[in-house]
Amino acid sequence: MTELKTVPSRISRSAGFLDARLGGAPFLRRNMRKIFPDHWSFLIGEIALYSFVILLLTGTFLTFWFKPSMAHVAYDGPYGPLHGVMMSEAYASSLELSFEVRGGLLVRQMHHWAALLFVASMMAHMLRVFFTGAYRKPRELNWIIGVLLLTLALAEGLTGYSLPDDLLSGAGLRVTEGVVISLPVIGTYLRFFIFGGEYPGDDVIARFYSVHILLIPAILLALVTAHLVLMWRQKHTQMDGKGKTNRNVVGAPFYPMFMAKAGAFFLFTLAVVVGLATFAQINPIWLYGPYTPADISAGSQPDFYLAFLEGALRIMPAWEINLFGTSEIGTVPLSVIIPALLPLGIILVGLILYPFAERWITGDRREHHIAERPRNNPHRTSIGMSAIAFYGVLWLFGANDELSAFLHVSLNLTTYAGRVMIITMPVLAYIVTYRMCLGLQRRDADMISHGVESGVIKRLPSGEFIEVHAPLTEDADAHIRGKEAIPQLPPGANGEGVPAKAMRGLIGGLRGRMSTAYGGEKIPINGANGHNGHNGHNGQGDHAAVTSGDDDHALGR
Amino acid sequence: MTAEDQPIEERAERVPQRVIGTPATDSPMLGAPETPEAEYVPPEGVKPADERQARRAERKVVLCFGITSLSVVAFVYFYVTFQVGSTQATGLSNFALGLSLMVAVLTLAIGIVLWARQIMPKYTLTQDRHPMLSEEEDREAVAEYFVQGANESGFVRRKVLRRALLPAAAALGVVPIVLLRDLDNTKTAAANTPDRLRHTVWGEKTKEGKPPRLIIEGSGRPIRAADFNTPGGLLSVVPEGHEHDLDALAKATVILINLRPEEIKSGTNQNWMHNGIVAYSKICTHVGCPAALYEQNTHHILCPCHQSTFDATDGARVVFGPAARALPQLPITVDAEGYLIAKGDFAVPVGPSFWERGDAEAKANTQGGGS
Repeated sequence: MTELKTVPSRISRSAGFLDARLGGAPFLRRNMRKIFPDHWSFLIGEIALYSFVILLLTGTFLTFWFKPSMAHVAYDGPYGPLHGVMMSEAYASSLELSFEVRGGLLVRQMHHWAALLFVASMMAHMLRVFFTGAYRKPRELNWIIGVLLLTLALAEGLTGYSLPDDLLSGAGLRVTEGVVISLPVIGTYLRFFIFGGEYPGDDVIARFYSVHILLIPAILLALVTAHLVLMWRQKHTQMDGKGKTNRNVVGAPFYPMFMAKAGAFFLFTLAVVVGLATFAQINPIWLYGPYTPADISAGSQPDFYLAFLEGALRIMPAWEINLFGTSEIGTVPLSVIIPALLPLGIILVGLILYPFAERWITGDRREHHIAERPRNNPHRTSIGMSAIAFYGVLWLFGANDELSAFLHVSLNLTTYAGRVMIITMPVLAYIVTYRMCLGLQRRDADMISHGVESGVIKRLPSGEFIEVHAPLTEDADAHIRGKEAIPQLPPGANGEGVPAKAMRGLIGGLRGRMSTAYGGEKIPINGANGHNGHNGHNGQGDHAAVTSGDDDHALGR
Repeated sequence: MTAEDQPIEERAERVPQRVIGTPATDSPMLGAPETPEAEYVPPEGVKPADERQARRAERKVVLCFGITSLSVVAFVYFYVTFQVGSTQATGLSNFALGLSLMVAVLTLAIGIVLWARQIMPKYTLTQDRHPMLSEEEDREAVAEYFVQGANESGFVRRKVLRRALLPAAAALGVVPIVLLRDLDNTKTAAANTPDRLRHTVWGEKTKEGKPPRLIIEGSGRPIRAADFNTPGGLLSVVPEGHEHDLDALAKATVILINLRPEEIKSGTNQNWMHNGIVAYSKICTHVGCPAALYEQNTHHILCPCHQSTFDATDGARVVFGPAARALPQLPITVDAEGYLIAKGDFAVPVGPSFWERGDAEAKANTQGGGS
């Protein structure tokens, strides 16, 4: 075994060449051994990044054959059932790259699977960040960039799956048209502008194409870069544990460990996408036939990430208003506008505002670098689960026809159930989650004061039987003790003393009450050191339980 | 690093580098016992892997990388041998290429992970964090520069200048918006744009100057009323002369249903029917999907997109779902040869609602011709 003593001259010479031109050594000196904390949940965002890379590569490959044209041609390719059928060039070229280009079908399926993985992993990553409070100062801006990325990814998905111009994608396009035209005042004009005239016209595929392969990807790429630069600059959050504080990062260095792991993780993502493209057929456009606005197949469904919009459209009651009666103005089709805009609006605006709302309610202006355990902020976790329930119900009822067929329930009943569940499930999710969080906190407090059950029964000289409790490992102990009371605004509006200026009036009072409810310590961890097993005495609340200005966990300012 | 050609690490002399895997040049090849190396003390937080375990892992990693190389060879072989074309051939090619590529990528990934986990050290290194907020001194300097620059530019003192700039910039912002006007290629005047949604090609005459016949979609054949005489039947119908005109079909596609006279309810305009045959717009009034499903027993028309359900016996009024309006009825009759033709256009706009639609049904009713 021989080890390097110095940089090999070939590397050092080219590095010298570059450094003489870029002066990059100080940057590398700071960053080559940058520490990255390790936790499985931190990898979810990486999946999104790697799927994006796969999307760029496979997408570029597809553009070499795809023709974004709606000109009519008669099919003369090798797929028999469509021989002589009139279709758009877009559809014909999609068939061509599927059947006549070696590896074309594989890459097309990879592109579609990677798109699903991209959005799914972004959503999972977002939930991880939300539930651990990793959006808190100083990461609010990166959170907003993330929300923009997700929104753009939805638009990218919509423009992308419209391109092959098969019967299924056309159904999606038709729904898009119906939504656009429903918008008050501008809808009709917007619709003519998008489609270049009548629907479907001759232009929309070419227009969606340039949006799909140039405009949105360019913005995505810029935002992804910004997202990564900010993450790099602010350093990653870490889970609580032994030796981990708000003022340090504990983990493995970028070079060589993180580099190797990240490289391997990209390859794993790629392998999964290739595997799906090999074994799981997706979007078999040749079975659907070319698009015509006169036809549709039953069970038409969008990709999963747009299903919540589909579900909203399906469970919405038939409300429509004519503001000015028979005069040719003022029709407001609420049965389209509400489901198309409201859920998306609630979710996106809610996501963007949440960090600032939480900050306003708790009055917490400190930097946070420790990922909070979801149970330790029960209201936040409940709000998150409530949002998931809201989204989940809409998503589920995007397939209400499949659902009623599967459960052998009438379609009408299924839809009515959806209308009830969209209200009740979020409330139920909130209550259940809140109780679960408190229960888990109690268990934590219990483990700290009594240790964990060892399964060993001991008989005391007095004849009494006791179970021996083993103390927690140092790391688990530190992990649990990382819990902090959620900051609250100073009391006031509730009648204790004179309220502070910001806490007066209607808004101020509301803020005070929300702060009282949201913050504070519900289940304090009492054990002084947690290592005294069975006869744990309840000592003073330790550092984790009381003050918010604790040195270890706050960057004082 | 100032001098251009100075490498990062200077070597005392330029001696040939030893080949990796051969002994160091200064170590004796034979005989003399190896001088014990100075005890390697890893820095704190770096726990080297167990050498025996590492050696075992190394063999596994090499095996993985070997499989990767072989799989890539297989991929190229499959690319050359398996031709595409038919569904079967394409399926086989897809399977072979995908499998070999997946194995190649997967084994490379596994190899690297084994390498990282079992050969590289375990790290628990610690780095300090610093508050994101910059130092007071830097912030003050920036503020100073900002004020200085703003004053130097004259932006603050010369109010007129400032007030002239903003409208100029705003005016320039109008340009891209104006440029987008021709996105609507037909260049219809803004006032007439909504009117294009109110008409379909059923209101136009054919090239021979006759009312358009109803054509069975896909077959191109006109329909003789006498041939469509089984109650419960359903046909998808397109206007004569526009069988492949997607823009026309997006509004003018119609479903033709044969009803028993006793089933017909008041919502249906019987003057627009012919011998129990009724024609409704196939374009759903919700968001425009084709309402293509028909249940014979209940006479319900169902749109598969969002499950709006219409009663065919009662003027296609909505019985369930998010659609707010009935499917418009097309007035039909027969020509001299007994073929079904359109008497005229729909009385109301077809398809999804739009801002300028208004309550077209009420308007049509007051004008007398309505259903």
